[in-house]
Amino acid sequence: MNINLTLFGQMIAFVCFVVFCMRFVWPPIIAAMADREKKIADGLAAADRANDDLAAAKETVAQELQQAKVDAAGIVDAANKRASQILDEAKEAALSEAGRLKEGAMTEIEQERQRTKEQLRGELSALTMQGARKVLGAEINQNSHERLIEELVENW
Amino acid sequence: MAGDNQTVSEYIVHHLTNLTYGRLPQGFERYDGSLVPDGGSWVMAHGAEEISAMGFYAIHIDSMLWSVGLGIFFCWFFYRMACLVSEDSPSGPINFVEMVVEFIDNTVKDTFHGKNRLIAPLALTIFVWVFLMNLMDLVPVDLIPYALGLAGVEYQKIVPSTDPNITMGMAVGVFILMLFYSIKVKGFGFVKELTMNPFNHPLFIPVNLFMEVVGLLAKPFSLGLRLFGNMYAGEMIFILIAALFSAGIMWVLPAALLQFGWAIFHILVITLQAFIFMVLTVVYLSMAHEDH
Repeated sequence: MNINLTLFGQMIAFVCFVVFCMRFVWPPIIAAMADREKKIADGLAAADRANDDLAAAKETVAQELQQAKVDAAGIVDAANKRASQILDEAKEAALSEAGRLKEGAMTEIEQERQRTKEQLRGELSALTMQGARKVLGAEINQNSHERLIEELVENW
Repeated sequence: MAGDNQTVSEYIVHHLTNLTYGRLPQGFERYDGSLVPDGGSWVMAHGAEEISAMGFYAIHIDSMLWSVGLGIFFCWFFYRMACLVSEDSPSGPINFVEMVVEFIDNTVKDTFHGKNRLIAPLALTIFVWVFLMNLMDLVPVDLIPYALGLAGVEYQKIVPSTDPNITMGMAVGVFILMLFYSIKVKGFGFVKELTMNPFNHPLFIPVNLFMEVVGLLAKPFSLGLRLFGNMYAGEMIFILIAALFSAGIMWVLPAALLQFGWAIFHILVITLQAFIFMVLTVVYLSMAHEDH
């Protein structure tokens, strides 16, 4: 229980160990721990950012998908419209062509009829003249009666 | 266990005697009857009379060796870990070292609010070193002294913190730091603190000075003697329980149970005492930094 030189020996040892600890032990450990803390914090922040980015990207994708759907629907509508338009146009064209053909045919028929009528009229007048000449046997002034017969034929 | 030709009190005294190397005064009659020559002589002490005759000029070899050895172990272990530690995920003993360092760092940050690069490493050194010294208390009391006794070493006290020189040595170191920082931080304010508190009047300067100086000196004494007292008492109980083994065969089982129980309880005590020493050091140094 006596105090002796051991006291000073211990004091010297104490100083040496504290100095050693202060220079070589404490700083590297604390620095490494601080670095790790920072690294973990950075990692967590990066993960958060990535999550945010992912959410934003998902939203963009959803928007673009929606837009694409709208676009596609518009295109389908336009195509449908165009198709029916083409159909209508074709129908119209066909109808008008048919009408034109019919008209042409009618005109031709009419012309044919007229021509036939003319021909028949000519033939009939000649026949009538011939018949009348034969029936009457007389000389009939062809020129004076021509107009009568013409009139007759015209009203026939 | 007590030797066959030893009484219990001899056994206890033997366990509480340090291996001492010191200077015997001239004319002192040694244990073998020889007289110390003129000018005294530096020898290994043999027995309590020689130790007390050596007085101040003696050194406890066992305390010093165990204390410095444990300090070197602490420095070596923590230095190795400090070299291995990196910002990647730690493993094994690095985890343990980091846990201790972080614990100390938090404790110091809670108590000490200034900026000082010394305090935290000082606290770490004190905590781990004192803990290691206290830990020697859990080594069975007879194991190392008996083994060394067979090797011819007469005395061996393996728990350095049961030596008041060791605990007071650290406490005085802390005290010097307290004085240093008080003067460095407060300058003349430190003198004012000693003379003008608690009665702020010139007439009371002697009273104030007396009270403050006593209060100041009480700090290192309480610091060192608290640790010494706790460890000495703990060691004493271990020795007493060990002495119980020699009381007869029917005492072996109760003594073993007591030894076991006290060892478990002592795990708490040694950690707590190391922690208290560390925290009080930080508190005292923090007080030295605070300007009122």
